[in-house]
Amino acid sequence: MKELVEFIAKSLVDDPEAVSVVECPRDRGTVLELRVAPEDMGKVIGRQGRIAKAIRAVVKAGGTRQGKNYFVEIVD
Amino acid sequence: MRTVEATGRTIEEALAAALAELEADRSQVEIEILDEGAKGLFGIIGSKQARVRVTRLVTPEDKARKVASWLEEAAGLMGVDVQASWRIEDESILVNLSGEGLGLLIGRRGQTLDALQYLAGMVGNKEGGEWLRVLVDAEGYRERRAESLRSLALRSADKARRNGRRVVLEPMNAHERRIIHLSLQGEEGVSTYSEGVEPYRRVVIAPR
Repeated sequence: MKELVEFIAKSLVDDPEAVSVVECPRDRGTVLELRVAPEDMGKVIGRQGRIAKAIRAVVKAGGTRQGKNYFVEIVD
Repeated sequence: MRTVEATGRTIEEALAAALAELEADRSQVEIEILDEGAKGLFGIIGSKQARVRVTRLVTPEDKARKVASWLEEAAGLMGVDVQASWRIEDESILVNLSGEGLGLLIGRRGQTLDALQYLAGMVGNKEGGEWLRVLVDAEGYRERRAESLRSLALRSADKARRNGRRVVLEPMNAHERRIIHLSLQGEEGVSTYSEGVEPYRRVVIAPR
């Protein structure tokens, strides 16, 4: 799912080189920490968090395939 | 959108060089002539190169191709192998996904499909050009869903009339609520309205 978050984020931002995703295993699942260039924050969050919400929905669906829980956190 | 500048002995030559670099034909670009060039005396003294600036426009077809391959790749990373076909209609890119495991891409009440559609729309329109709506369907899911919403609307209207009590439907997005309202427009004995706050906004069917 790390690759999926990377792929989506890179396709949305202006500075794909600055995209990074770190996997952090937790008790209830895996947290995927997404970092982008400061100027690109809006591109992965969106108005009222709509883009972030869509990314989470897609990643969550992808996780069910593997029977795992994934949570996307956007870190600034 | 990509822009290149090119030179040549004539405008035609400069243009040909620019088109080759952009891998485009004349219908896909905007051309600006920066310098018409001059032949000069005996083609040597005082001759000047022609110079053009050529911009590759993003066509609706470019956007559609990008959206389709983006969806295929995203689905692949979700663990589902699908093919995306597309057509362009009324300033919209209509994509249909087909393959195995579409249920995962559709999700509960189409939530995952809506999320993919929203992201695909952002990606497709990222490079500018004319803004196009992106609509993503999976093997006719959207029409099937609309059909079941219409029959739900009619059954609920019957119930409201029979019991003389209002029927509150489950939360739906704006598009789905609209389908319910439209299908009961002009229906005898009931009226519809929405109540609550997104994402829990729901349609109420009330006897009149």
